[in-house]
Amino acid sequence: MGKITFIEHDNTEHVTEFEAGTTLMQIAVDNAVPGIDGDCGGECACGTCHMIVADEWFGKTGSIGDAEEQMLSMTPERAQTSRLGCQVKTTAAMDGLTVHLPEFQM
Amino acid sequence: MTTSEKKTTVIVGGGHAAGALMTTLLQKKYQHEVVLVGEEPHPPYQRPPLSKNYLAGEVEQASLYLKPRAVYEKAGQQLRLGVRVEQIDRDNKTIRLSDQSTLKYDQLVLATGSHVRRLRAPGSDLQGIHYLHDIADTDALREKLVPGTRLVIVGGGYIGLEVAASAIKKGVNVTVLEAADRLMQRVTGPEMSAFFYAKHIAAGVDVRLNTAVTGFEAGDQGRVAGVTLADGGTVPADIVLVSIGVIPETALAEAAGLPCDDGIVVDEFTRTGDPDILAIGDCTRHRNLFFEKMQRLESVANAVDQARTAAATLMGEEKPYDSAPWFWSNQYDVRLQMVGLSQNHDQRVLRGSTEDKEFAVFYLREGCVIAVDAVNLPVAFMVGKQLVQHRKSVSAEALSDPGADLKALV
Ligand SMILES: Cc1cc2nc3c(=O)[nH]c(=O)nc-3n(C[C@H](O)[C@H](O)[C@H](O)COP(=O)(O)OP(=O)(O)OC[C@H]3O[C@@H](n4cnc5c(N)ncnc54)[C@H](O)[C@@H]3O)c2cc1C
Ligand code: FES
Repeated sequence: MGKITFIEHDNTEHVTEFEAGTTLMQIAVDNAVPGIDGDCGGECACGTCHMIVADEWFGKTGSIGDAEEQMLSMTPERAQTSRLGCQVKTTAAMDGLTVHLPEFQM
Repeated sequence: MTTSEKKTTVIVGGGHAAGALMTTLLQKKYQHEVVLVGEEPHPPYQRPPLSKNYLAGEVEQASLYLKPRAVYEKAGQQLRLGVRVEQIDRDNKTIRLSDQSTLKYDQLVLATGSHVRRLRAPGSDLQGIHYLHDIADTDALREKLVPGTRLVIVGGGYIGLEVAASAIKKGVNVTVLEAADRLMQRVTGPEMSAFFYAKHIAAGVDVRLNTAVTGFEAGDQGRVAGVTLADGGTVPADIVLVSIGVIPETALAEAAGLPCDDGIVVDEFTRTGDPDILAIGDCTRHRNLFFEKMQRLESVANAVDQARTAAATLMGEEKPYDSAPWFWSNQYDVRLQMVGLSQNHDQRVLRGSTEDKEFAVFYLREGCVIAVDAVNLPVAFMVGKQLVQHRKSVSAEALSDPGADLKALV
């Protein structure tokens, strides 16, 4: 059990609790965080779970797969530390992580 | 707001559309009472895994739920599960439930989805004939998928084919019978059909096109033993899956006198003929400003997009439904992503080759991209989403030249 903070585009913060092993997308969805749709349920098929990981945490989120990279490459608000939330499985080391949400999803 | 101003919004049906509506209302901090009445014992869940990784046994049942039930309830939304809505009394704005209770509504949202089309033919009530629409169906089918079993799938649409891919991996002998001359004919073009045909044949599935089914042959103890064909032949079977499409669930709406036409008719704000009743998802024949004609679609994208439109309508915002539909299917190592509707195309452009691991088909009409099917090529899907949404006119050369950057087209 740890904490992850989602910050909406308008700076509204959502501090959530998580169990390691859940994806960032599912944590956001389970907490009804606005701005994360997760429409395909985590299949890396829709691109509606785009998140921007705080710089200092990016290294802890694992590597970006080929399909994810292709999806992200066309995501309007892509940043250096962008990830698809459904492709990031949380670990205990992510306790305290902060992610920012883009203004729009695909 | 005083309590006397508090209204009650009742959602009928507890599927993907209903779940997305509950979520959107939560996110938008909707101030009124929300009650969902769903016939299934589960909170809203996703059906796509039912023919994919949940059938394969790779994910748990709880992971199908859009959210844990407690999340809605903690936020004050009510779920009445395992209860069916039997009747709508529009004059008194009341619904009657299968447990004989009644519920008053100020606004009603019908999210009743669809039910499977049954094959009415001799022997159709034999044991061992399966359909696939809910969790219980998948649980029952999965149990039967043991090595050496002969599974005959009637219908070569994406659900039947996803099951074929899962079953063959488990060592089941699989035959697919399709009446049309190609697979997934209703949703995709001939290149894609040919590609999937080759995939299934290579995996060992016996795919038979142009093959009409006339009925089922009985074996011992009322169990199915074979599927009979129009050409007089029989395909032996231990189990059968019939997957020949769905029918929108409109009975409730029809009985209440709401306009229906193979789907509950709604406008671009998801409004039915009654200003206090909305309808969303598989059960609707709807206006989407993106298309000229009314549509009826069976997809998650349509369910969630209409749910978001309905949430806006409930909150007094006018946000018409105007987005391009999209879809996906997983079979073997193939990730198919589709956007737009390809039926009315007048030109098809292939990028890459169907012999490759990754390629895409672009469907054009009068020079504009109206749909894209991408195989293991998410970038083509994402570019396609933009091209289709903005009705971009693009030259066939630019689309087909693998050396040209797709991203430069948007
Ligand atoms: C096996 C399978 C695989 C699929 N794969 C994909 C895919 O890969 N991609 C994709 O986009 N789509 C897929 N779909 C389609 C997608 O799941 C549907 O389009 C979506 O579920 C529609 O949502 P809905 O809420 O409109 O209807 P449903 O999800 O069907 O929900 C309707 C619910 O309403 C309940 N109900 C009906 N009448 C009443 C009543 N009178 N009272 C109370 N409750 C009632 C029903 O019991 C049901 O639970 C798949 C569907 C299936 C079955
Ligand atoms: S939930 Fe669809 S891509 Fe992440």
